[in-house]
Amino acid sequence: MDQQLLGYRRENGKVGVRNHVVILPVDDISNAACEAVANNVKGTLALPHAYGRLQYGEDLDLLFRTLIGTGSNPNVAAVIVIGIEENWTKKIADGIAETGKPVSSFHIERSGDLETVQKASRVAKEYVQWASEIQREPVELGDLTISIKCGESDTTTGMGSCPTVSQAVDRLVDAGATVFFGETSELTGGEHLIADRMATPELKDKFMSIYDDYVGEIESKGVDLLGSQPTQGNITGGLSTIEEKALGNIAKTGTKDVIGVLEPAEAPTSGNGLYFMDTSSAAAECITLMAAAGAVVHFFPTGQGNIIGNPIEPVVKVTANPITAGTMSEHIDVDVQGLLSRQISLNEAGDSLMDYLYRVVNGRLTCAEALGHREFVMTKLYRSA
Amino acid sequence: MAQNERSAVATGEKGQEKQVAVHKFLIHHQGDHVGVATSDIKEGEKVIGVFMDDNSTVEVVSKGDIPLGHKIALVNLEENEPVLKYGVRIGLTTTEWQVGDYVHTHNIKTARW
Repeated sequence: MDQQLLGYRRENGKVGVRNHVVILPVDDISNAACEAVANNVKGTLALPHAYGRLQYGEDLDLLFRTLIGTGSNPNVAAVIVIGIEENWTKKIADGIAETGKPVSSFHIERSGDLETVQKASRVAKEYVQWASEIQREPVELGDLTISIKCGESDTTTGMGSCPTVSQAVDRLVDAGATVFFGETSELTGGEHLIADRMATPELKDKFMSIYDDYVGEIESKGVDLLGSQPTQGNITGGLSTIEEKALGNIAKTGTKDVIGVLEPAEAPTSGNGLYFMDTSSAAAECITLMAAAGAVVHFFPTGQGNIIGNPIEPVVKVTANPITAGTMSEHIDVDVQGLLSRQISLNEAGDSLMDYLYRVVNGRLTCAEALGHREFVMTKLYRSA
Repeated sequence: MAQNERSAVATGEKGQEKQVAVHKFLIHHQGDHVGVATSDIKEGEKVIGVFMDDNSTVEVVSKGDIPLGHKIALVNLEENEPVLKYGVRIGLTTTEWQVGDYVHTHNIKTARW
């Protein structure tokens, strides 16, 4: 494809495709101040969330990693961090500042919401005007980090939309890009197929240990996944077992070796290529973690019609289900129902997704962006203290 | 081979490139035990399926109404036998199956739990 790609090259060299000024709360009680700043200053993006108080251990580490990662994402030009107290607020701001992008932090104790909002709004206004002058510049496909995760799957995802994404994944990896896939528990029944694609025996052991831990945690509650996997939507769409769902899911991961196994929200450090990330299979949690690890565009194959979006990375919906494409067309970016009627080849479906990727990188809003889907959901590992 | 005797009849040639406009279901792999309806199928209807790996075709008489996206049996199976789709086990039969049966949660379950 000889189309030009235009993106935002950030201070640390990473490439983004959007230019957000984020107002990031450290904790639940700072949501109101962040939303007030976003209301004062047009073109900013508040990211309210439910957590950030009395977390500890690995769960707290994940909160910090997710918040710092979200602010550090190359789709973000600048960040205002607001928290209730100074310590954790500064920790988040300092973490994001390592990227070299503008970051300011404010804490609410000793001044209250109103003074905090006033001060933060003045800085946010400067940031948004500054960001509005940043120009897109030519970038390469290999500069991109793409995440993939499917949802409201049915049998058409395994036959159509997932193989379409698979085509794109192989082409992206060949071009030197980085791709994340995850959904640990939804690999059940096909986990051996992913294990066999790990680039080294060490990675294979690490992957199997993460997989066994996740499923072991579910089973330790005295239950299995039968009540929730496949979901009611999956069953309506014709999927009968978790194994069948997993094989459709895996059909989107391409054919390349997996060169790294990441913790939730962990940014890769071992070069470009295909990575597995340990995530929930719930769409909003999964995409939030992948965006926090640096993904700038998400491919989302769907069967019955999941309508998910993300505030940081554009989410591209792909479906092969003719009923979904017809009844929920405002949510579908790339329609590959021609794969079921055999009117298009898999290669042609891959071309149409890649063509759409170029347009999204260059600025076209996805359906989820246009409809205001900004699901930002933290993964919580356990109860707060 | 016993497998052939209890399987749906193959009607097409392997590697055939011609588009089959009238197919009503697709099968991922040769050897799979189920196909997936790409249009709604009615009980008693004689329907053609296409193998996605080699473009060959099979013909099956449906024993039930099968909505788009739902599965049709391509082989006779006993209770508690492994079921293949994508060439991989997707579960176990919970009843006896006959070619053309509608396949869903009433006659297949996970092999995992």
